[in-house]
Amino acid sequence: MRPHLLALLAKEPAHGYELKQALEQTFGSAYPSPNIGQIYVTLGRLEKDGLVRSVDVEQSNRPNKKVYYLTAKGRDALTAWVEEPTEGPRVRDEFFMKLVLAPLTGIADRMALISRQRRHYLSLMADLNDLLSGTDPRDRVAGLLIEGAMLHLQADLDWLERCQEDLA
Amino acid sequence: MSAVLKAVNLVKIYSGGALPVPAVRGVDLEVEEGEFVAVMGPSGSGKSTLVHMLGGLDTRTSGEIWLDGKRVDTLSESAWALLRREKVGFVFQFFNLVANMTVADNVELPALLAGISPKEARERRESLLAALNLGDRADAAPAQLSGGEQQRVALARALANKPSVLLADEPTGNLDSRNTRDVLRLLGEVHKQGQTIVMVTHDARVASLADRLVSLFDGQIVDDGRITRRRTGTAGEVIDLR
Repeated sequence: MRPHLLALLAKEPAHGYELKQALEQTFGSAYPSPNIGQIYVTLGRLEKDGLVRSVDVEQSNRPNKKVYYLTAKGRDALTAWVEEPTEGPRVRDEFFMKLVLAPLTGIADRMALISRQRRHYLSLMADLNDLLSGTDPRDRVAGLLIEGAMLHLQADLDWLERCQEDLA
Repeated sequence: MSAVLKAVNLVKIYSGGALPVPAVRGVDLEVEEGEFVAVMGPSGSGKSTLVHMLGGLDTRTSGEIWLDGKRVDTLSESAWALLRREKVGFVFQFFNLVANMTVADNVELPALLAGISPKEARERRESLLAALNLGDRADAAPAQLSGGEQQRVALARALANKPSVLLADEPTGNLDSRNTRDVLRLLGEVHKQGQTIVMVTHDARVASLADRLVSLFDGQIVDDGRITRRRTGTAGEVIDLR
């Protein structure tokens, strides 16, 4: 979450709760609602590393709030994050380990494992379908996130089929 | 609930070549009224052959096929063809629309052939095309449509005669995500209205609309079970952004 907060602060200084709202508004319904405690912990670490600084702003009838802003070092860190290539997703290998190892022990046969996994993936896909149809079509960021998850799941299913062809 | 479609120990062996090739090796399947069954499996597992046999487009080598309580595998080719007009809707990866007829006529024709009144056929056509966002293309010729639009017309046509069962073989095989979305929406809707569907697909989005998944491997059913809905409702459980 560190670079995400840096990016939001590069736009304008903000306090913790504003950052939470900005994340929710930008990513829409597809984003797991960020935990405010986690945001404050992350801001504290960024400040300790000199990537952000904070000032206390007085409020009438309320305790002071801390407004965070980006430092030059923070801006450099953000630029580095944007410019470095992003790692591709790792193959989700938990199931593959089961598939390769379980039959050796006689606990399960591969065909049964693959069949169960295929239905599980389709259940997940059904959830994503429901999620997409419940998402405002104008919310392109949320829509694209869900479509991305669907495409990954499709790849998992295609791979499952390859495993079935070669191993089962 | 009664079985709309039933296969008993269904076998297909292609014997044209040097060696006979078993494509379907003893499939038992019962599809209840209103059920949506997805059929998946690697290529060469017999999915397409199975669905073609169920619709009478390919002959069985042995076994039985029952449609709406009537045994159909023993029917003559023409008797099968007549029955199919009334009771079966087909949609394939390649759409086969009649080129010199308008979109509207392509969709109405199977309904008229099935004996539905012209008025009802027109209403049915209008609602199907509207559901697929094709209402304004009714008077176009198929050649004027994009591939995705033609495939949507093919789906509308397959549903025009209110078939007892809709059989589909990779109906979204050539579609981009936008066209797929319209097809998904219509399939979801007609299924909710009670349409029985048996569909071969590699597309997990389409398959996940089904109630039940049948997995084929080497011409046999290796898995047959329900696709459960968890209804978590929150995106956070499926999407993990770091």
